[in-house]
Amino acid sequence: MRLDAPFTEEKIRALKVGDIVEIHGVVFTGRDAVHKYLYDGNKPPVDLSNGILYHCGPVVVKEGSEWVVKAAGPTTSIREEPYQGTLIGKFNLRGVIGKGGMGPKTLAACQEHGCVYLHAIGGAAQVLAEKVTRVRNVYLMEKFGSPEAIWEFAVADFPAVVTMDSHGNSLHKDLQSASTEKLKDLFAGIDAAKKK
Amino acid sequence: MDRRALQSSLLDLVRKTSAELPDDVAQAILRYMRKETKGTTARYAMEVIKENIELAKRKSLPLCQDTGSILFFVKGPKGMDQLAFKKAAEAAVLEATKVGYLRQNSVDSITGKNSGTNLGPGSPTFHFEQSTGAKIDVRLILKGGGCENVGIQYSLPNTSLGADRDLSGVEKCLLDAVNQAQGKGCGPGILGVTIGGDRGSGYVHSKEQLLRRLDDKNPLPALARLEKNVLEKANSLGIGPMGFGGKTTLLGCKVGVLNRLPASYFVTISYMCWAYRRQGIVLDARGRIREWLY
Repeated sequence: MRLDAPFTEEKIRALKVGDIVEIHGVVFTGRDAVHKYLYDGNKPPVDLSNGILYHCGPVVVKEGSEWVVKAAGPTTSIREEPYQGTLIGKFNLRGVIGKGGMGPKTLAACQEHGCVYLHAIGGAAQVLAEKVTRVRNVYLMEKFGSPEAIWEFAVADFPAVVTMDSHGNSLHKDLQSASTEKLKDLFAGIDAAKKK
Repeated sequence: MDRRALQSSLLDLVRKTSAELPDDVAQAILRYMRKETKGTTARYAMEVIKENIELAKRKSLPLCQDTGSILFFVKGPKGMDQLAFKKAAEAAVLEATKVGYLRQNSVDSITGKNSGTNLGPGSPTFHFEQSTGAKIDVRLILKGGGCENVGIQYSLPNTSLGADRDLSGVEKCLLDAVNQAQGKGCGPGILGVTIGGDRGSGYVHSKEQLLRRLDDKNPLPALARLEKNVLEKANSLGIGPMGFGGKTTLLGCKVGVLNRLPASYFVTISYMCWAYRRQGIVLDARGRIREWLY
């Protein structure tokens, strides 16, 4: 299904775990350095409210006067777990794109403030780079370097799966408990085979 | 060796490694994709992965934006000039970064400053070995941070896993590592494993296991059995591609062994993501590419 800007709370609240969406609008990249910077109380260089933050450190090169995205897949999100929930509330974020899922603090913030976690396909840097139609701006480039800067991307048909919704559901939490149960069975099987 | 020829060969090696998956990996991804049920998010993830592999190859651009740690494994004859090789490789890495085959990916650990060149202490990393033959064999792995972060080292016995100092204990460690990784290492993954060694040699050797083809067979029967068991059991955990749930959690498991001290028993795991960038070349005496290895 399409997820079009503006990303209103109503549209975000309608999304459920398992939905496959194509995002149309603007997303801002931000990863480790940006999260710590904002969490430490620095002001964002651009208005992030009702925005989508993308955990991504892209390969972007300048061709003439234009920035061109050469690769732009998601980075592992869990590193931002200490900061994300606070940033969702403080800056009124409506979506976080990343990979690998996030933890209970982020899930609680999604529920409280109306935000979702959108899982992009990790490693799919070319498919996702093709969905960036234009680089609108870049912020904090000098300070953090290219992969850690805030890139403002216009995207169309950007594919992602809702794996944490604004109703307290997390695919990651559910799968981890199921696979950990299965692991116990496997261990019991290994122990039984050893005793034979 | 001709410095310019060597540099251009290594640049081509970096380009191909970053943009194209080796055939054995691409084939395994297709095979596992067909096992996932149509319409599921697992199948969807595998389809996007397949599309990405094709697109990166066609455009000769990085498969994944995290072009990773740059790991060279070089075997050369007696008398090979390692310093000259390093210089040529560093020049190739610099050039590859400028043209976007590699992301600016090397950060000063104290100041946080990105060198912008991919050069700096430990980057790229070289593992040299002397060979008996005359040829120079250069292999390259580009290993992203997401999968490197889920690597893990166990010291056996481990009471919380009930893992003793035997192959059953090793098997538990490997399955536990896969379960802990969930989708965070960009699965479906590949395990490179060392049993034994010290903490340092274990990690290096575990990465050398990732130089093996997915369809090879371990020459040690006990390890071949272990690899097969872990692959089957890990794929029954239900974690699936990207941790979306599904049948495909691992594409392969490669286990090597080193002697250990009587006091130590390490099991060391390097987790590789599906974007398993590994390539290799054989060079002629002038430094030109004579053969591609994968």
